[in-house]
Amino acid sequence: MTLLDEIRESTWVSLTALRANKMRSALTTLGIVIGIVTVTLMGTAIEGLDKAFMKGISSIGSDVLYVQRFSWFGNEEWWKMRNRREILLPDAREVARQSVLAEAVTPMSDTFRTVKYNNRSANTVQIVGCSSEAAVVSSLSLTAGRFMSGAEVDGVRPVCVLGADLAANFFPHESPLGKKIRIGDSPYEVVGVLDKIGSFMGMFNLDNRVMIPVTRFLTDLTRWPDVTIAVKVRDMKGMEEAVEELRGIMRKIRRLPPEMPDDFAINQQDAFIKTFKKLGGTIATVGLFITGLSLFVGGIGIMNIMFVSVAERTREIGLRKALGAKRRNILMQFLTEAAAICLFGGILALAIAYPLSLLIAQQLPTSMSWRIVALSLGVSLVTGVISGFLPAWRAARMNPVDALRNE
Amino acid sequence: MGDMITIKKLSKIYQVGTETIHALREMDLSIGRGEYVAIMGPSGSGKSTLMNMLGCLDTPTSGVFELNGINVSEMDDNQLAEIRNKEIGFVFQTFNLLARSNALHNVELPLIYAGVASDERRQMALEALEHVGLADRIHHKPNEMSGGQRQRVAVARALVNKPSIILADEPTGNLDSKTGDEIMALFAALARAGNTIILVTHEEDVARHARRIIRIRDGRIASDELRQPANPGGMAGAVAAA
Repeated sequence: MTLLDEIRESTWVSLTALRANKMRSALTTLGIVIGIVTVTLMGTAIEGLDKAFMKGISSIGSDVLYVQRFSWFGNEEWWKMRNRREILLPDAREVARQSVLAEAVTPMSDTFRTVKYNNRSANTVQIVGCSSEAAVVSSLSLTAGRFMSGAEVDGVRPVCVLGADLAANFFPHESPLGKKIRIGDSPYEVVGVLDKIGSFMGMFNLDNRVMIPVTRFLTDLTRWPDVTIAVKVRDMKGMEEAVEELRGIMRKIRRLPPEMPDDFAINQQDAFIKTFKKLGGTIATVGLFITGLSLFVGGIGIMNIMFVSVAERTREIGLRKALGAKRRNILMQFLTEAAAICLFGGILALAIAYPLSLLIAQQLPTSMSWRIVALSLGVSLVTGVISGFLPAWRAARMNPVDALRNE
Repeated sequence: MGDMITIKKLSKIYQVGTETIHALREMDLSIGRGEYVAIMGPSGSGKSTLMNMLGCLDTPTSGVFELNGINVSEMDDNQLAEIRNKEIGFVFQTFNLLARSNALHNVELPLIYAGVASDERRQMALEALEHVGLADRIHHKPNEMSGGQRQRVAVARALVNKPSIILADEPTGNLDSKTGDEIMALFAALARAGNTIILVTHEEDVARHARRIIRIRDGRIASDELRQPANPGGMAGAVAAA
């Protein structure tokens, strides 16, 4: 018996059997449909969450290292880190001077202030103090004007670059260039407007901000001298070396003896991703486990119905064996039947899950990917084969004499 | 090796609960090619057990069963399935047709397990159905046919693989006497054409069609009687008249 013939015969037999028991098949399929729908949607949601996160953190920059007092996801105890020395503006200059692997270095510091122009005002606008190299570090591009110059930073000039949303709000009908806005009490001249960036993880609007020289920021807006040193690395493949170089430079600047641990942290996007992967992995595992349970219940339904099917067709099994069917043939026949139910359920489930995934897509940047489609069909097939195996095995091992005698 | 079936000291012992049942007790038997044999016996005589052995559906507890010189007694499930497929054609009392399949597909079934290609399969099945006079019923399902027609389909299915033995278990048991006679006439014709036929029955009238009657009692052969080679066609007619 060729494999093709065997599959054709098995498929034919199983389809007629399913057609003969429409109600029963439909109910059993329903179990699988529910299982596959939940698993598919969960998979889609998890993929969406993943994509949303990756998109959200892209503003951090995958090739940028952030030298700060504290680690983003450190698990050191707070009292140990509390007394760490601030990172100062001269430290940033020193890093820029000494680093070989850095493409650009900028100190950064930020705060939230009310910004005014004429009679318009905006609350809690993010004010970012940085150097002229911030445009390179954060890969900023401008729609109008220019970024602040090195001279302006060194000269503590009151100039600023506006985020796209803020510029649109304040200057709907005119060019902002050359206009003076007020941050706190001081006037700043607008020299440029940034391109639209988006938001950080969908929560924090990165276009509602103002960038000013860090020198001005430290004298005008804050009493804290602490800055973050953002370092764009020349070669992304050399991130590890860059981290080591940066650590060496920082330790030297801060005159740390060899036995002392670092009193600063070098943060990067990687840390975000790692943390998310851990968290996302847990969410995915738990989510898929819970939805998997419904698939499991569906599988039990299949197994149950296959046992009934085998019991009902004992005589047929006996006959087939008498006519020369081997164990393998009988096993195959019932496995095909179980797989057919599940595959049919899987296809039906995808048809139901697709419109639902469009609903999810309104919340998360996702769509039902081919990967998930293939995975769902694969999972339903495997469910069928696994849950059909025991009944099919029982059928295959039947003694033909007893099976034929069965009434 | 003139004999098609050689049985030597064949025993079958069942364990039912605490009871031990000797269904066959060291039976010896040979059946030659082209013989038309009836096996008779009351229920519990071991007749069914013998039939299961002859049909390679079961293996003996001890003894030897050779079919065409091949020892079948110690084969495993799959080997037995292959032997059944190639060497045995079954005809059952209750026809045992697949209810949802038409006549053609029912007859094709053994060929499917034999691995015959679909075109050839169809051709062979058509020939077999023609042989039993059902060429015009090939697309009918069992429930669209009379009992006699169903049994003819079953006979066609038994013939289609050109087996060494046609093994019929009470083939007329579920048929009225007229249709039963038609089926017996069909067997007679098959026997004349040189097929080896083993008929298991408890009806004397049916057994009389055979040329040799073996009677079983308590797991042993009670009698083995060769009948005169009467004109089988005339005999079928005589029974029909009776």
